[in-house]
Amino acid sequence: MKSFFGGIHPIYNKITRKDAIKVAPLPKKVILPLQQHTGAICEPLVKAEDIVKVGQKIAESKAFVSAPIHASISGKVLGIAKAKHPVLGECNSIVIEADGKIEWDESVKKRENVDALTKEELKNIIKEAGIVGLGGAAFPTHVKLSPPPEKSINTVILNGAECEPYLTCDHRIMLEQTERIIKGFQIIIKILEPKQCYIGIEDNKENAIALFEEKLLNMGLQDKIKIIRLETIYPQGAEKNLIYSITKRKVPNAGGLPMDVGVVVQNVQTAKAIYDAVYQGKPLIERVITITGAVKEPKNLLVKIGTPVKELIEFCGGYEDSIGKIISGGPMMGIAQYTDDIPIIKGSSGILVQKEEVIKEEERDCIRCGRCIDKCPMNLMPTMISQYAQKDDFDKCQEYSALDCYECGCCSYVCPSKIPLVHWIKYAKGELIKRKKK
Amino acid sequence: MEKERKLTVSVNPHVKDKDNVNKIMWYVIIALLPAAIAGIYFFGINSLLIILLSVSSAVVTELIIQAITKKPITIKDGSAVLTGLLLALILSPLVPWWIPILGSVFAIAIGKQIFGGLGHNIFNPALAGRAFLVASWPALMTKWLLIDAATGATPLASLKLEGIKTGYSKLFLGNIGGCIGETSAIALLIGAAFLLYKKIIDWRIPAAFIGTVFVFAFIFRQDPIFHILAGGLLIGAFFMATDYVTSPITKNGKLIFGFGCGFLTIILRLLSGYPEGVMFSILLMNATTPLIDRYTRLKPFGYKKPKKEKKAEKPKEEKTMEKKKEPEVDLESKEGKKIKVEIYEQKEEPKEEIIKQKEKNERND
Repeated sequence: MKSFFGGIHPIYNKITRKDAIKVAPLPKKVILPLQQHTGAICEPLVKAEDIVKVGQKIAESKAFVSAPIHASISGKVLGIAKAKHPVLGECNSIVIEADGKIEWDESVKKRENVDALTKEELKNIIKEAGIVGLGGAAFPTHVKLSPPPEKSINTVILNGAECEPYLTCDHRIMLEQTERIIKGFQIIIKILEPKQCYIGIEDNKENAIALFEEKLLNMGLQDKIKIIRLETIYPQGAEKNLIYSITKRKVPNAGGLPMDVGVVVQNVQTAKAIYDAVYQGKPLIERVITITGAVKEPKNLLVKIGTPVKELIEFCGGYEDSIGKIISGGPMMGIAQYTDDIPIIKGSSGILVQKEEVIKEEERDCIRCGRCIDKCPMNLMPTMISQYAQKDDFDKCQEYSALDCYECGCCSYVCPSKIPLVHWIKYAKGELIKRKKK
Repeated sequence: MEKERKLTVSVNPHVKDKDNVNKIMWYVIIALLPAAIAGIYFFGINSLLIILLSVSSAVVTELIIQAITKKPITIKDGSAVLTGLLLALILSPLVPWWIPILGSVFAIAIGKQIFGGLGHNIFNPALAGRAFLVASWPALMTKWLLIDAATGATPLASLKLEGIKTGYSKLFLGNIGGCIGETSAIALLIGAAFLLYKKIIDWRIPAAFIGTVFVFAFIFRQDPIFHILAGGLLIGAFFMATDYVTSPITKNGKLIFGFGCGFLTIILRLLSGYPEGVMFSILLMNATTPLIDRYTRLKPFGYKKPKKEKKAEKPKEEKTMEKKKEPEVDLESKEGKKIKVEIYEQKEEPKEEIIKQKEKNERND
C-alpha cells in the first residue's frame, strides 16, 4: 500500500459517509468575502442596491494570482462592508439579499464544442469561473495550471484522499459525480499534458475506488488514468505527503512547490468545478460541504458560496445541547470559530460542531518521549521548535526548520504531555515570516 | 438558539490522543510487576518490604518538595512510584531498611526535583539513587542472598572472581544471587514485551544495547548469552536506558545511545574492578544525551543540500540592499531610521505575497 512516513490514525468518525448529498435550501442572504482565495483581494464590480443574477461576476482583481467572485444567488446587493470571515477573522464582503428566484446570468451557457477549445481558452474559462483549490488551501486553480515554462509537469494527481476525520464531502462527490470528476480531470490533463495521471483515494473509501475503476473502464481511460489505493492515515491528503506516497518524489523544503518535482495536485471537488465551468458554463458558486458533529442531523450538503453557517445548522436540525466548539473544516486542521455568524467560502470543506471538550487535560512539561518527532510527516522536531519558541529563540526555530511545518497537527495530537505544539510552531512561524519581510 | 453560548477557540488540532503521561508511567509500573513478583518469590518477604519503603519514600519526598516549592502536586502521575520501584528492584534483598529510604530521597530530591522535576532531569533518578548508595555504603550494597549455596555471589561476580559460570536455565528463571528485580530474565522479558507491544518504548535502545553486548562479548571470547542474561543488563536495557527524559529523542540518537551503553557495559564488566557495569554505563550515556541529540538533528522532509546557484540569489540581493542602507541610516536620527525602514518594507511587499502563497500552497489541497 502506498504511503509516506509519520502520520497518525485518529478516530475517523465519518458519520455522514452514507448520507447522499442534499441540496441546501436557498439562503435568505449570502455574504461573499472579497478574499476567499490565496492571492490578491478582489475589487467589487457592483454597488449597493444593484440587482445581480446567479453567476454574475461581482468582484475581480487584475492580479494574476487571484480569482474572481460571482453572485451565488439572484437578488439585491445590500452593501459592501466588513463582515466576519472564517479564516481571516474579518474581510470586506458583498452581501446579497435573495429575491427568491433563481435567475441565471446570460453569461452562463452550456458549451457544446468542448473538444475544440484550446489550452489557453480552457485556462481562461477556469480563471473566469473563479475556481480555486477546494481542498482547503483555496489556491487559484488557473495559476496551478500555468506552470512556468522551465518547469515541465509530467505527473498530475487528483486528490481524493480526504484524510481529515469527520469530513465526507469529497467521498460523497466521488460516489455521486464520478463521471464529471473524470471529465474535469481530463480537462486538467489536456492543459498540462502529463505522462502519468493518478487518482489517489484512501482505502477506507473502497466503494469510491471500485466506482472509479468501473467508470474509467467504461470510458476507456483505464490505461491513461491510474487509481492509487492509499493507506488510510492522516495526513495522507496533504499535498507533499500525497506526492511522496504516489511518486516517491520529495518536494524540496523551504518553500519548494509540487511543480519543482514535476507534479500538480488537484482536489476531486476542484475537478468537478472545472467540469461545471467548462461544460456547463457555470462559475464556482456552490460546493459540497459536510455539516457534522454535535448537530441533530449531520449532513452532506450542496451549498451556495456565502451561505451563513447559522442557516445551514438550522437546516441540520440545530445544535445538540452544550456545544463547545464550532470548527470551520475538520478536527485536525480546521479553524475554531467564535461565532456561527460566518459564511461558507470557497475553501470551506465542512463545519464540525464539538460538544464541550471532553479532553481538558492539563498541560505538562515535555517528557521527551519523541512521539511528535516520530509522527511528523515533514520529519521535523516539533518539541524542539516549541521549546525554543517558548524562549523566543527564533534563530533556533529556524535551524529546526519551523517554516517547513504546514500545521497538520499530528504532533499536538499524540503529545502525552498535551503541549499545544502547533500553537508554538505557528507562533515561531509568524515571527520568522515577519523577519523575512524585514 | 437564543440562549448564550460559550465557544472555545483554540489552535488546531481539535482532537487529541487518549494517551497521557500518567498512562505511560503506570504502564511501565505494570510492566515491572512480573520482575517484582519474581524477586519477592525468590528472595522472600523482605524484598516486598524494601519495595514498599522505597516507593512510599519516593512519593512522600516528591510530595514534600512540590509542596515546599509550591509547584503543582503530580504524585498521581506515577513517575515517583516508578522511580521508587525501579530503585528497589536494583537493590540487594539484604540491604537494611534505611537504605531504600535514603536512596529514594536522593533519587527524587537530587536526581529529579533539583533539576526541575519530570522532564528536566539529566540522569535516570533511580540509577542516580543507586549510584549514591553504592558510593556511600559499598559493602552493604554488594551483600547477596545465598540462594545458590555453591557460590553465594552474583553470577557475574562468581565468574569474575572464581571463574564459575552459572547455567542458562537458572539465569533465565532467576533463582540466583542478585538484585531483587534483575535476576529473572523471563519476568523482565514479559514486561518488556508488554511495553514494546503498547509502543511505550522504542526497540532501538534495547536492541542496540543488548546487541552491542552480544557482539563485544563474542569478540572478547566470552559467552554472549551469559552476558545478556546475567546481571542487570535486561532490566537496564528495557527499563532504565529507555527512560524518555534521559535518552536521546531521535531514532538514530537512540541507536547511538544503545551502542554506547552496551560498549561501556562490556568494558566495565571485563576490564574494571567491578563485576557489573550496566548502571555506570547508562549514567555515563545519560550525560551524553544532549550531545547526541545535537548531532542527530533531523533534516526536514525534502531537504537537499543547498544549491549555491538558486538559493544564494535571493538572500544576496537582500543583503546588498541592507548593506547599502545601513550607512545612510546611521547618519540620520532615530526618526529618520524609522522612515527608512518603512520605505524598505513597502518595497518588499510583493515578496511577502509570494511567501504567503507558497505557504498556503503547501497545505492540503
